[in-house]
Amino acid sequence: MDIIVCVKRVPDVAEAEVDIDSSGRGIQLGTLGYVINEWDNFAVEAAVSLVEAHGGKVTAVTVGGEDDEDVLRRALAMGADEALHLTDPVFEGSDSFGIAGILSQAVADIPYDLLLTGAVSGDVGGGRVGPMLAAMAGIPHVCLATELSVEGSTARVRHEVEGGLERVVELDLPALVTVQTGMNEPRYVSVLGIRKAGRKPLRTAGTAEIGLDPDTVGPAAVRVRIDEMFLPPRGEGAEILAGNDEDTVAALVDRLRQQGGI
Amino acid sequence: MADFVGVDFYEMDEMLSDEQRLVRDTVRKFIQDKALPIIEDHQREGTFPISLLPVIAEMGLLGAHIPDYGAGMDALAYGLIMQELERGDTGIRSFASVQGGLCMYPIWRYGSDEQKDEWLPRMDAGEVIACFGLTEPDAGSDPSAMRTRAERDGDDWVLNGVKYWITNGTLAHLAVIWAMTDDGVRGFLVPTDTPGFTANQIKAKYSLRASDTAGLVMEGCRVPEALRLPLAEGLKAPLTCLNEARYGIAWGAIGAAMACYDEALRYAQVRVAFGRPIAGKQLIQEMLVECVSEITKAQLLCWRLALLKDEGKAHPAYISLAKRNNVAMARNTARMCREILGANGILDDYQTFRHMVNIESVYTYEGTHQIHTLIVGQKITGESAF
Ligand SMILES: Cc1cc2nc3c(=O)[nH]c(=O)nc-3n(C[C@H](O)[C@H](O)[C@H](O)COP(=O)(O)OP(=O)(O)OC[C@H]3O[C@@H](n4cnc5c(N)ncnc54)[C@H](O)[C@@H]3O)c2cc1C
Ligand SMILES: Cc1cc2nc3c(=O)[nH]c(=O)nc-3n(C[C@H](O)[C@H](O)[C@H](O)COP(=O)(O)OP(=O)(O)OC[C@H]3O[C@@H](n4cnc5c(N)ncnc54)[C@H](O)[C@@H]3O)c2cc1C
Repeated sequence: MDIIVCVKRVPDVAEAEVDIDSSGRGIQLGTLGYVINEWDNFAVEAAVSLVEAHGGKVTAVTVGGEDDEDVLRRALAMGADEALHLTDPVFEGSDSFGIAGILSQAVADIPYDLLLTGAVSGDVGGGRVGPMLAAMAGIPHVCLATELSVEGSTARVRHEVEGGLERVVELDLPALVTVQTGMNEPRYVSVLGIRKAGRKPLRTAGTAEIGLDPDTVGPAAVRVRIDEMFLPPRGEGAEILAGNDEDTVAALVDRLRQQGGI
Repeated sequence: MADFVGVDFYEMDEMLSDEQRLVRDTVRKFIQDKALPIIEDHQREGTFPISLLPVIAEMGLLGAHIPDYGAGMDALAYGLIMQELERGDTGIRSFASVQGGLCMYPIWRYGSDEQKDEWLPRMDAGEVIACFGLTEPDAGSDPSAMRTRAERDGDDWVLNGVKYWITNGTLAHLAVIWAMTDDGVRGFLVPTDTPGFTANQIKAKYSLRASDTAGLVMEGCRVPEALRLPLAEGLKAPLTCLNEARYGIAWGAIGAAMACYDEALRYAQVRVAFGRPIAGKQLIQEMLVECVSEITKAQLLCWRLALLKDEGKAHPAYISLAKRNNVAMARNTARMCREILGANGILDDYQTFRHMVNIESVYTYEGTHQIHTLIVGQKITGESAF
């Protein structure tokens, strides 16, 4: 079974204080560290363990600049067999539609049974690339998977739906699944894995190699433009309890009692 | 609070390969996610966080630098691993140093092929924990004063003596014991279930509490000749192992210093005194600048030393200089950072005090600060001052 897993390197905003940059349309990247998108990490683990169980190969793919190669090396170190770095100056500034277009053009040349992506990415959290890629590739998809198994030419997926419900569905392969965090326990990359990764094939390709019309990507092709980005104004009802832990906990318990919370 | 990002004032990241950076970041994240949440409990209880061992082994951190049996990483990557482990706790780094540098290394270097095949894979996998027994109650800096003896008896050796201050001593399945014979010092692989072998934990420690330190007693311990390290002859053999581990310590000290500096810097930026964050006070800035300068210098030392080591040109005195300098640096850094934290600096809500007291052990073990002074002194003057 061959699996393509899409991965992305993102600024680590999970624990950091985030500020808006001078353009007012993005965040200040200055001191932020970069990590593999958390959802993608679960997707890589899912791909690698499926191939360990069923045989086949895992190809990790990313769209990005030179520094983004790190995320592919990491996927290779986790057990992916090959990597494809889609990189071209014209890709820069593409929106999700553009990125999905690049990916669908690139994967068209690679045989696969399953395409995996993270459910969302930790930087913007749009969750659009996966479903758009599935539509462009003309294959079925399911989002927010929390369990994934494969039998023959069918994938069985448990996934989250609205209202706190979960569902189990079956899809005919090839199919695309977007992976929710918590699906598995992503392995730690081993140093031996890192050494082996250095010897695995990592291919780069741009518009010419994948046969993509450059006019379909980049800022000029953007269909969703960001107008403004801002930190939400502090809500009216919000109150920040100051003081040491003991006082704030006592005050919080008090508030909850008063409001009937406990 | 945002995750630890390390100290890189001179943009040394650029000098690392992708592989080295990935190794470092992976260990860093492991420490952040798995070690820091539990380390203070172990510090309080005086126990080694053994629950971390399976992941440490799975990541290949134990024999990372041992060719053929471990991952065979280059010296720089190995150093970065030690740095990140010690950024978590000196006890974690000490475990890895002892297992890899002091125990796997001598078996790899001085052992027979049978010994290598028997022990190294299981040690790399963390299934066999080992300890290194050189120091005795009355023989520390001067191991030639050791009293532990091994007597030949037919095809066996019989060991008698006491080893003290032995890291991993009660956890170990295998003890690498250095003992005096009629032909000088020899090394023995002593399974800890050998009759006559006992290990007792040293409990009342202020320093390195999250590490297992023990006294070993051998009373008529009988081991076959096949468990003697055939190529280890004389004190040079254990000292060569120490050299290996000291290299890792020079890196580890940077990790401890980074942990303290990172904590103190963040604290200074939000702690307000006299109407302003103390980071805006000259005296605090002086301390922070001192810390970042010394950390940066220590990084440059280690970086050069790593390249020399891979070229086989790291003279023991070079390693002594780095151990001596970097551990003293970490000791001073931890104290300054403790000061910046004010009264909070004595609490275990902050990690600096733990590092500060741990470094006292590192200052003494693997060759005390003074002993390394004498090694470098001898190298530059040609005079032994021991
Ligand atoms: C937590 C911990 C873990 C350890 N783990 C291990 C282990 O796993 N295996 C192992 O074998 N050992 C281990 N050791 C022992 C360690 O290596 C010794 O403590 C160290 O070598 C110093 O020996 P000592 O304590 O006997 O001090 P001494 O040798 O008695 O030294 C006392 C003081 O005298 C100084 N001194 C000694 N000689 C001279 C000289 N010629 N000139 C000037 N000053 C001198 C020393 O620098 C020191 O300041 C560990 C120690 C600690 C604290
Ligand atoms: C064990 C213990 C017992 C104590 N007992 C008592 C007690 O019985 N009663 C009591 O009232 N208090 C007590 N204290 C509190 C003690 O007096 C304070 O910790 C001390 O005044 C420092 O205040 P701080 O901890 O808030 O540090 P901070 O004032 O926050 O100082 C943090 C750091 O900033 C530095 N700093 C502050 N201002 C400046 C400046 N303008 N320029 C340069 N550097 C600056 C400080 O020197 C320090 O290094 C105790 C503290 C401890 C640790």
